[in-house]
Amino acid sequence: MSSTISVRTLRVVRGRREVLHGIELEVEAGRVTGLLGPSGSGKTTLMRAIVGVQIVADGSVSVLGLPAGTPTLRARVGYQTQAPSVYADLTVLENLDYFAAILGASRARVAEVVALVGLQGLERQLAVSLSGGELARLSLAAALLNDPEVLVLDEPTVGLDPVLRRDLWGFFHELADAGTTLFVSSHVMDEADRCDALVLLWEGRVLVTGTPESLRQRTGAADLDAAFLALIDGAGGARS
Amino acid sequence: MSLRRTLATALRVLRQLGHDPRTIVLLLAVPCVLQILVRALFADRPAVFQSLGVPLLGLFPFVAMFIVTSITMLRERVSGTLERLMTTPLARGDLLTGYALAFALVATVQATLVSLLSFGLLGLDAGHRPASVVALAIANAVLGMALGLFASAFARTEFQAVQFMPAFVLPQILLCGLLVPRDEMAEWLQAISAVLPLTYAYDALARLASEAPLGARFWADVLIVVGATVLALVLGAGTVRRRTP
Repeated sequence: MSSTISVRTLRVVRGRREVLHGIELEVEAGRVTGLLGPSGSGKTTLMRAIVGVQIVADGSVSVLGLPAGTPTLRARVGYQTQAPSVYADLTVLENLDYFAAILGASRARVAEVVALVGLQGLERQLAVSLSGGELARLSLAAALLNDPEVLVLDEPTVGLDPVLRRDLWGFFHELADAGTTLFVSSHVMDEADRCDALVLLWEGRVLVTGTPESLRQRTGAADLDAAFLALIDGAGGARS
Repeated sequence: MSLRRTLATALRVLRQLGHDPRTIVLLLAVPCVLQILVRALFADRPAVFQSLGVPLLGLFPFVAMFIVTSITMLRERVSGTLERLMTTPLARGDLLTGYALAFALVATVQATLVSLLSFGLLGLDAGHRPASVVALAIANAVLGMALGLFASAFARTEFQAVQFMPAFVLPQILLCGLLVPRDEMAEWLQAISAVLPLTYAYDALARLASEAPLGARFWADVLIVVGATVLALVLGAGTVRRRTP
């Protein structure tokens, strides 16, 4: 399998604090790779580095064989920030129209993504009047407009109800089956089982990578929650 | 840069404004009401209204666009939409030019409305062609927009952004020559006034209001206002970064 995202000895310093300490990472093409880790472990910073908006201190990030942040990548990589980054004072359709114009997507594609994320009937509603889940899906829709080869999604399911979460994960797998590479973060460990591959980030370091099955086997734990706790306890023990 | 993306950005900014009719009414009505107040205040002294009316007409859009732009841009930074835009093919020039186009259009409507009121109903004498006053008002609006864009980079909250209005704008209004002619100011005030762009905007407007021929000074003023706008836009572009810490 080929790597779509390749991270080498990535170090990021924010303020006076080093938040990523030499990350090494491969994200394989056409799969859903989960980036898991507690709040503050550096997930968002790592994702920002991959989409090329993070100032990095050292190391390299390449996406689709090009250095992250290369102008031509901007049309090939979709990014959904953690907070729904859409215009609250525009309607659903006006938001998508604008992002479509910028990404070079057609009007037909706008209608398509509205249907994909299940926002039909809400096209003329102001974003500010949407529920949290609807807003998150609008933000996701904007990232899907140009049918990107790589999708970087920062906690896309946070605060959503279980049905919606299941549907979204199903949708991510449909995209992956169609060839899109997804890199999805979550701090909810029970979402880990929905991923093809996992990266566990802990205090700015990659603690472990592998498939959910391989992690269970490695730790001998019954569920991933217990597996992660065992791994984290191991890491903490090694440091102290 | 791309024309399509620039125009899409201008349209988006106008649509945002369109969903806020109260702001539109305030943008258009407040300068008119202020102009009527000034006219009433100097009802017995038409010469004073004559000397204040035209400069005020040109300065309203400057102040209004400074505030509107700094808040809109701050929201863009805080809400994460700017970060999203920076991961798309949108060039920074597209974004800033889009903003400039949208607010120049609003300023055109605003300045035209106040001009019609002032030159029509309130009996203000345009001196030179009223169209030049409107054109200069638009130039001032774009200057205000550019400064607002730059200022927004230094604000973390909307409270701070609003406070930048008195900080960036009031000193310029105090020192531009509107309240006290520049040659009557203390030398150090004159020196400060000489580096503030609004001084030249005011001077140009005052020349438009007078009967005297415009002369080279007028065109030098206009050039300085345009130059200051470009400089503020370049500085503003410098504060919109793709990569942030």
